Amino acid sequence: MTGMLDMDIIDISTLTHVVPPLATTLAALPALPIAGINWHSVLFLLFAGLACGFAIAVVAADNVVRMALYLVFSLGATAGLFFLAGAEFIGAMQLMIYVGGTLVLLVFGVMLTAQAPLVSIKPSSSDRTLTAVAGASLLSLLLTAAFSVDAWRGPGVGVVPAPSATPLGMALVGVRVDEPPAGTPVGGRVGYMLPFEIVSVHLLVVLVGAAYLARAKRRRTPRPIDALASAMPVETVATAAPVATMAPTGRSAGGAKSALVGGGR
Amino acid sequence: MMGLVLATASVASLAPCLATIPLFAVNPFTEPVGVVHYLIVGAVLFTAGIACMTLKRNALGILMGIELVLNGANINFVAFASPYLRAEGAPTLGLDGQVVALFVILLAAAEAAVALAITLNFYNNHATVDVDRADDLKG
Repeated sequence: MTGMLDMDIIDISTLTHVVPPLATTLAALPALPIAGINWHSVLFLLFAGLACGFAIAVVAADNVVRMALYLVFSLGATAGLFFLAGAEFIGAMQLMIYVGGTLVLLVFGVMLTAQAPLVSIKPSSSDRTLTAVAGASLLSLLLTAAFSVDAWRGPGVGVVPAPSATPLGMALVGVRVDEPPAGTPVGGRVGYMLPFEIVSVHLLVVLVGAAYLARAKRRRTPRPIDALASAMPVETVATAAPVATMAPTGRSAGGAKSALVGGGR
Repeated sequence: MMGLVLATASVASLAPCLATIPLFAVNPFTEPVGVVHYLIVGAVLFTAGIACMTLKRNALGILMGIELVLNGANINFVAFASPYLRAEGAPTLGLDGQVVALFVILLAAAEAAVALAITLNFYNNHATVDVDRADDLKG
């Protein structure tokens, strides 16, 4: 990581005639504390600050559209943390699935339900105080637990990990090709073929179920949101009635509550 | 202002605890990071997610809190799996932590899809996404 700062490539003496101030600046560089900076730690602090700050901003914001935006930034910074930890495939998946997929889904949900009174539903101030106290105590509990284990507190030894995409793909089809960590019992380790199959079928079933849940339904009464959006004038009721009787059951409109008909039920 | 309260309260409650830890006596710009730094970030994300889930009345805000909680757990898995962050002589999860993190991301995507479908249905039937008004089943 400190190789980024290697200034030996530039021959400083040739620059002296051209731009003396720049040359003196470059010559003074190794004396500055910048030479000892661990850039991995600096990048970690940057991404960690972004992730934590935007996560707290999600809690603090009342506008749901801004919450979604802050969540994008927080999850993106988390992907940067994954890259810094050497899990480049997980970081890429985080960017593609979370920031590219899940959050697009969330933003669609926000936009579909963003009626003016629903954009910012404010919690009461007593709820805020209670949440702040509970969150602070939960955080102090978690941090106490994190600091209480000696094996986690030492600085990292900095072993640059091997690329993990191929071992990950092999482990997902049940073959382990990665280096076993010290203390692994003899006799081989499990692959992840079965969990991989379970998760893939789970994802398929869940997406089919979500499409079924969110499908457009035929109704015998207008949705409450439509009824709220436009109070129907009296003379249009007569023209709207034949449309309502076109429902396959042929029942007349006028239930007290909205009910679903047809659509495979 | 809620965030300010949260941040101030947590810093105030943790300051005496942190001052006794030799980790914070070193310069963070020159020392390598370890597992515990990642655990701090994971704890903050987890706490923010729990606070989001309990505080928000918008159903989509609760969903965002769940995403934050899952990400906090994922940060811990990746940190325990990383040989770069491992302290001298400490064990590491190896590749297993990364595989579990991958499964968590997949399950979070599935959960978000279903929860969003439920939220849209709730919105269609009740004309609101305020979870305090989802009380049709009360006895």
